[in-house]
Amino acid sequence: MPRLSQLMIRTALLWLAFGYTAGGLLLANKGVPLLASLWALRDLHIHVLLVGWTAQLACGVAFWILPRLDAQGSRGDERLVWGCFMLLNGGVVVAVLRSLIWMVSRNDLVWLNVIAGVLYLAATLAFARNAWPRIAPFRTLPRPSREQ
Amino acid sequence: MYPQARIFIRTALAYLVAAFLVGALVLVNQGLALDSRIGALLPVFYHLLMVGWTTQLICGVALWMFPPFSREQPRGDERLGWATYALLNSGLLLRVVAEPLHAWQPAPWSGWALAISGVLQATSIWIFVAAIWPRVKGRSGDKERGRHSDKQTQ
Repeated sequence: MPRLSQLMIRTALLWLAFGYTAGGLLLANKGVPLLASLWALRDLHIHVLLVGWTAQLACGVAFWILPRLDAQGSRGDERLVWGCFMLLNGGVVVAVLRSLIWMVSRNDLVWLNVIAGVLYLAATLAFARNAWPRIAPFRTLPRPSREQ
Repeated sequence: MYPQARIFIRTALAYLVAAFLVGALVLVNQGLALDSRIGALLPVFYHLLMVGWTTQLICGVALWMFPPFSREQPRGDERLGWATYALLNSGLLLRVVAEPLHAWQPAPWSGWALAISGVLQATSIWIFVAAIWPRVKGRSGDKERGRHSDKQTQ
């Protein structure tokens, strides 16, 4: 497993634990009301688990297992996937901040969701640019040229 | 595929079917207005799909296919996987029963059942993370193999 996949999968696991903890709190609060403002965690729960966990895990595993580009095992331009990693997690952090600020101060900074959305989109485009040429049928892999 | 992974994945498939049975019922009710109480099943549908199917499938496949923990113990401590399975499913089933009942007629017991369900599911995920974390790694010897194949291609 390449280092970048390890990083993405471990980060996804951290979001998984965080998202389920938030979800557990939400569910407990639904059954035994503790704090009305905990309901603000609902958006956080959704962003963290759908993007931070599910989407990031899929990207990390895909970067690891999709067919390589040449016989040397190239996975394409890794900078794109690093970009995806940073943009995607940046988006999740922004969405989390929005929920936490709303929960604490009742100040709904909805424009933070716009930033999160733009970051998600950029992350997706960067990842797709890397993965697209790797979605290929079985073939004899070309040897990389010596100049590379 | 080893038995623990098979059980995770088969259970996930059962939840997939259950989720779409509930989902279909909710959709039919939205179109035909059979009974207003059926609307309370919407969060049950979401969580059958995302916890019972998606998360459980990912857990099963990850426990099966991620790099081995060690030569002697390729899957690490399997008890962690069983604990994840037991807590995740008991938590989810408790929710499936208690959440609609609590929405239709709130009662202290159903409220506490929801709280317990939340604790069970969150705990199961923490255990899963502990089980899979050490298996997120490169294969030992990858670098040596890479160097060897480089020499061959030159």
